Amino acid sequence: MPLNRKQDKVQFLLILTIENVNMKIGILLKEGPYNHQAADSAYLFAKAAIKRGHDVESVFLYNDGVINASKLADPPQDDRNIYQRWSELGKEGVTILVCVAAAKRRGISEEVLIENASITGLGVLTDIAIRADRLVTFGD
Amino acid sequence: MREEDGQVIKDFMYVMRRAPHGTIYTYEGLEMVLITAAYEQDITIAFIDDGVYSLIKHQDTDDLQIKGYVKTFTALDDYEVEKLYVDRQSLEERGLNKDDLIVDVEILESAEIGKLMEEQDVVIHN
Repeated sequence: MPLNRKQDKVQFLLILTIENVNMKIGILLKEGPYNHQAADSAYLFAKAAIKRGHDVESVFLYNDGVINASKLADPPQDDRNIYQRWSELGKEGVTILVCVAAAKRRGISEEVLIENASITGLGVLTDIAIRADRLVTFGD
Repeated sequence: MREEDGQVIKDFMYVMRRAPHGTIYTYEGLEMVLITAAYEQDITIAFIDDGVYSLIKHQDTDDLQIKGYVKTFTALDDYEVEKLYVDRQSLEERGLNKDDLIVDVEILESAEIGKLMEEQDVVIHN
């Protein structure tokens, strides 16, 4: 009996410890908004991870993913505004980064960028991948 | 993951799984590879599904009016990217063999590529 109780206690503590492991997470988003679900999944994942206490350090936009950072879009009012979501996430402290090479191909420049996002290079993505405990990719 | 002279070196795997010119994924994926290589990380590239077409010889993109980039694969050596793996089944399903490929690669079974994938710190699908 006492032994069992001790084991239970150990197991309980172990579960607590695992639940309390906070990871540093980087997100790589490779698809544009609306056409694919990737942008939605990446956002919902980021929110859920933050809620769980993880540190979502940054979202890096690559390939068509860079289009997520355009402030020129004006989606229907009765639907989610994916662009605004990223901007708000940026305001909450997650760094929203746009790859310069991918952005130039797709007409995304500083002038059309949503608030709380910035343009950077692929080297920064490598940095994120090195620093983070997990780099989570969302694509098609 | 290891440390060398105070620098963290991680195992990165780039997975190329699409035909080379139908979409931009492989080309932009290759740009990622080159930058990661400049950061002296440990890089593996796996070619699976239509990704194996990226490496076939005699590619000519002139009529497509697309900039070809197959030569970049032959230059990966210069960036010390030497671990190139091709999935045997993907190759065979497309009637290709090692001689059709422009660079020297190692041909692996799907399960072996899966195992390699499991060992990586970072896996980026293109």
